[in-house]
Amino acid sequence: MALADIPRRRNRFDRRFDRIRELEEAGRLKHPTGSRLLRKFISNRLAVVGLVVFSVIILASIFAPLLTPWDPTKINLRAMLQPPSWEHWLGTDKTGRDVFARVLYGGRISILVGLGSAVVSAIIGVIVGCYAGYVGGWFDAICMRISEIIMAFPELILVLMLVSILGQSLSNIMIIFIVGGWCGIYRLARASMLSLREEEYVQALRSFGLSVPLICFKHILPNALGPIMVNITLSTAAFILAEAGLSFLGLGVPMNIATWGNILNVAQDLGVLQNNWWIWLPVGTTISLFVLSVNFIGDGLRDATDPTQQG
Amino acid sequence: MASAAEAHEPGDVILSLKGVKAHFPVKAGVLRRTVAQVKAVDGVDLDIYRGEVLGLVGESGCGKTTLGKTILQLVRATAGEITYVGAEASADLTKLSDKELYAYRKRLQIVFQDPHSSLNPAFTIFGSLEDPLTKYGVKTREERRKIIGDLLEAVNMRREYMDRYPHEFSGGQRQRIGIARALSVNPELIVCDEAVSALDVSIRAQVLELLMRLKRERNLTYVFITHDLSVTEFICDRVAVMYLGKIVELCRSEDLFERKLHPYTQALLSAIPVADLDRKSNRVVLEGDVPSPVNPPSGCPFHPRCRFRQDICKSTVPTLKRYSIDGRDDHYAACHLIDAQEAAA
Ligand code: SF4
Repeated sequence: MALADIPRRRNRFDRRFDRIRELEEAGRLKHPTGSRLLRKFISNRLAVVGLVVFSVIILASIFAPLLTPWDPTKINLRAMLQPPSWEHWLGTDKTGRDVFARVLYGGRISILVGLGSAVVSAIIGVIVGCYAGYVGGWFDAICMRISEIIMAFPELILVLMLVSILGQSLSNIMIIFIVGGWCGIYRLARASMLSLREEEYVQALRSFGLSVPLICFKHILPNALGPIMVNITLSTAAFILAEAGLSFLGLGVPMNIATWGNILNVAQDLGVLQNNWWIWLPVGTTISLFVLSVNFIGDGLRDATDPTQQG
Repeated sequence: MASAAEAHEPGDVILSLKGVKAHFPVKAGVLRRTVAQVKAVDGVDLDIYRGEVLGLVGESGCGKTTLGKTILQLVRATAGEITYVGAEASADLTKLSDKELYAYRKRLQIVFQDPHSSLNPAFTIFGSLEDPLTKYGVKTREERRKIIGDLLEAVNMRREYMDRYPHEFSGGQRQRIGIARALSVNPELIVCDEAVSALDVSIRAQVLELLMRLKRERNLTYVFITHDLSVTEFICDRVAVMYLGKIVELCRSEDLFERKLHPYTQALLSAIPVADLDRKSNRVVLEGDVPSPVNPPSGCPFHPRCRFRQDICKSTVPTLKRYSIDGRDDHYAACHLIDAQEAAA
């Protein structure tokens, strides 16, 4: 029996391959144009689903005023702890604020904190890490010591300490996350640089006398980008969870600003937890969905930026 | 090779090395103090003539690759002079700052060993080769595309390949792209660092032939680093044998097989399997490993493994001396034994 006769379930890759073969036989197969990264990313289904969920949540937060008439901070003592209804889609909390509006508006702050801190700390970490890893020497040594000192502290203690020093505010929370967060990416970037700089193509570029930043950031960095992307998404997720955790403890963003963490804060009350599911379940789900989608995107980006993977 | 004799009539020196050393510090302890030096290249004197193919051979770890990189100043020499002699300008490369070196970078290029790591996987061939051209003054994209296309054709590849990624090519093709990259700035001297060692035998012959054709067409000078002596015989005019960071013998490649002087060279040559039954094979077996370049043996670095060692070998370092054999005096070797024989004769 020939190999082709063995019954096997055909998946979408088989169909895609058939299509490519048809095109080839018809002589119409062109060398693919456009961004290779984009093509590879789009062919990853989970990543696309993640991207859709991610965009929906972000867009809903940005366009919150169009989606709900309620003000997330408006207290209405005549409508406390109402279950979901046509008027309040996700009910109201203990002080009568609309939970749906709070989830939408809270997303703005939470995503800003999570994504913002992750991106800024990644930029710092990548720039410092790439440069330090490539040139080495005293600059590298100093950065390494600093990151070791920061990483030697238990994260929560560090946060508590900085909150007590800097005070509780939105920007301070972000600064704290960035100070604690750049080390991870710095070390990652530095480690990949250390191995990549020995590659022969780097030596070749050096033999042409190209400048250090050009070699370092344009030529080597793309090869280290995969793990860095994953790390950015992971730390976005981690920062959002950290914000939620800190706010849950009452140490995060000040309570008068709606964030996902501050909404969850009320679930400390066992009564709320048992009787008023609409206060904590939707926001909890949103956080999980968002974190999950970010992780899917991270996976997709890692595969897409891995130059040895076909696509 | 018949043409070899004319090719390197001494005269035009392109690169002159004097007492070149490349030592690397070994650091240890909390304070990262330097506890020892790896003497990868330990005092090399060598003149490279314009238009010749100079082989650099030795066991792995003898410092030949480091010497190649030192020539290009990819590894900075810790002592000595490397003088480039050009039509317009000459300079001691070791004294130049990184900025000043730029002017000489385009005259000296390198082709690497490993075809898998010698091309950047994240860029198309065009993307990899483009920046050096931009740096050396090719401003428009169209011009760069044309030059890179021409280069690919010069190494027997199709110009369309410039838009492909390295993983789409075989080892031999990648190596040819590596050669094209080295050619892109019109160098005068190319260091081929084990350039064909990783290739299959049939592909190797093709690439060697390509290298020789390019040399004729473009008046190139090669420094050909290899551990494979059969390749040396095929393409080199002169061969320098290295041992522990030093050159122990330097001669015409046809003399290497028939008139070798140094005991190490004899041992090295007897290690290659010979298909030629006429060539007498008196195998000399090399005992032991290459000693560590961190603390090389005193006196002659080869003495722990040498069959002919005398007392003087342990205490005094032999210098590279010129000997005349059969009326020609371009044979150099560093060995006390040969000295003694000369004196007796
Ligand atoms: S100098 Fe002495 S030890 Fe060294 S190769 Fe010659 S005979 Fe052998």
